[in-house]
Amino acid sequence: MNDDGTVNRGALPAIFNPEDLNALEMALEIKEKFGGKVSVITMGLPAAAEILRDSLYRGANEAILITDKRCAASDTLATSYILSCAVKKLDYDIALCGRQAIDGDTAQVGPQLAEKLGVPQITYVEKLLELNGKTITAQRNIGNGWQQVRTKLPALLTVTSDANEPRAAAAKKMMKYKKAMTPIEVEQRVKDQNPHADEKSVKELAEHKCSELEQKGLLIKQWDLDFLEADLSWCGRSGSPTKVHRIQSVVLTAKESKNIEPTDEGISDMIHELIEDKIIA
Amino acid sequence: MIDVNRQGEVWVFAEQHNGELEDTPIELMGKARKLADTLGVKLAATILGDNVNDTVDKLIYYGADKVYLVEHSVLQNYQANSYAKVICALIHKYKPQIVLYGATITGRDLAPRIASATKAGLTADCTDLQIGDHKPPNDEQMHKNLLFQIRPAFGGNIIATIINYDRWPQMATVREGVMRMPEPDTARKGQLIKEKVELSRDCLALEILAEHKRPKKVNLKAARIIVSGGAGVGSKDNFKLIWDLANCLGAAPAATRAAVDLGFIDSDHQVGQTGTTVRPSLYIAVGISGAIQHQAGMSQSQKIVAVNNDPEAPIFQIAHYKIVGDLNKVVPRMIKAIKEKGIKEEKTVEHG
Repeated sequence: MNDDGTVNRGALPAIFNPEDLNALEMALEIKEKFGGKVSVITMGLPAAAEILRDSLYRGANEAILITDKRCAASDTLATSYILSCAVKKLDYDIALCGRQAIDGDTAQVGPQLAEKLGVPQITYVEKLLELNGKTITAQRNIGNGWQQVRTKLPALLTVTSDANEPRAAAAKKMMKYKKAMTPIEVEQRVKDQNPHADEKSVKELAEHKCSELEQKGLLIKQWDLDFLEADLSWCGRSGSPTKVHRIQSVVLTAKESKNIEPTDEGISDMIHELIEDKIIA
Repeated sequence: MIDVNRQGEVWVFAEQHNGELEDTPIELMGKARKLADTLGVKLAATILGDNVNDTVDKLIYYGADKVYLVEHSVLQNYQANSYAKVICALIHKYKPQIVLYGATITGRDLAPRIASATKAGLTADCTDLQIGDHKPPNDEQMHKNLLFQIRPAFGGNIIATIINYDRWPQMATVREGVMRMPEPDTARKGQLIKEKVELSRDCLALEILAEHKRPKKVNLKAARIIVSGGAGVGSKDNFKLIWDLANCLGAAPAATRAAVDLGFIDSDHQVGQTGTTVRPSLYIAVGISGAIQHQAGMSQSQKIVAVNNDPEAPIFQIAHYKIVGDLNKVVPRMIKAIKEKGIKEEKTVEHG
């Protein structure tokens, strides 16, 4: 935790959120059946490049990392705003998100992103039923049952873990894309390899390496808030209406407790007491 | 976004489907009533639909001072776009300080869309709400009487209290089943405000083609006694012990997520953070270690009996009656003791 109660993401490993894998799988299945291109976007620390490489191993065509110190402490509203700036840079028909993340499990970013993009949302998708050039039809999980809905494209879907079994990384793609890097990673690599180089030559070497990777389709795009032309007042802490007042660790304990012997007598006495106390009618 | 507004009302979104109110908004009314009383403002329910006039009295009986009713044929079925459009218009017109939603599928589809459109803060899945003061670090100003939005975080062993002091309304979705349903008072009077809105079919983004609802196999929320089994029960066959004990007590059979995942019982029976939240008079936990995620769904039970062969199991920390022993011996002894006491056998669920 940071002092302000937000999560210190740097102290956590970057992991692929499970339901985002279901969203990626659905995107890949759509691509295989109907054609098109799958772009994966994540916002996070530079270490999140690992997730993007994983997406490429599984079949994504393009990977984009939004990383910027000014994104720190973004709540769901600021996150959805920043993501919307990035999605608007792409030509898309369908935006897919995992239903919810396993850290905050708020399930808020999907609908908020849909609103910011001004597109309809289909949340809790468990099955894709039909897709044509103009509309998408999907089945939603509505708790005790399902609902089938159709909407015009472009649209945003949030996908549940029931939708599919995410595929594993493909060995061939791994061989190719394990060399994929973000410009930050390239620069770090250049610095490590040339410990005595000055800043200017590091920059030049890194630029050269980046253009090489780009030609091979191995450059992970890296966008900051300037590139996104984001309004900074809607990003990070200033763009986040929710703040943490307090964080407490909890250990619940019963006020009064009794040890009961696991014998006929012990158990009989306990049942008797529960009846006396009118807990058992 | 609306300005900070101390006179603003407390609102509850009254979710209905086919004219039937959901339980969650009614559960919320009890807590929202207390929040409104603490703040000295009115509690209002907002209800959208087509021909839902019959719900108005019920909302008043459960604590609403005011009901904002928006009826329109376009609003017959819930959809995020159309409902969000209407509620945003109402928020801008009346400037409530707090807007609460049940954390149902509908609430979790709708509330973020409204939060995004109004640029307001929203906390998901709260388990408690309180009114309190907050002083931001490096800031002299004390913000008084804010909505404390309290929820478990990171799996549940951390409780976070979230606030939003500079952008209103303060909004939260609240977990189903965690608030105690208030008693209706049929003598209560309230004010009905019928809102007219201009809506056309164009604001319906979705075409609803088909819908299927199946009844829940068990109503855990209504059960006075629950007998719940965990992974420790061992097998689906052995889970018969849970059914047998439940049957002789007239209790509802339940399970942990682990037991459900192992296929011992249907997920309708799941208690915990990703299942149902229950508060029965008696909760008998059999072969349950007591992960915090499970505790989140049952710790408010009046009495808890725990049976486990591991004396270190966390469930014992919250149990009122602790039985360290082999459940295969303890449960039959419980059944025997209950039968000897002549507890009336009620007709309950069938095994399977």
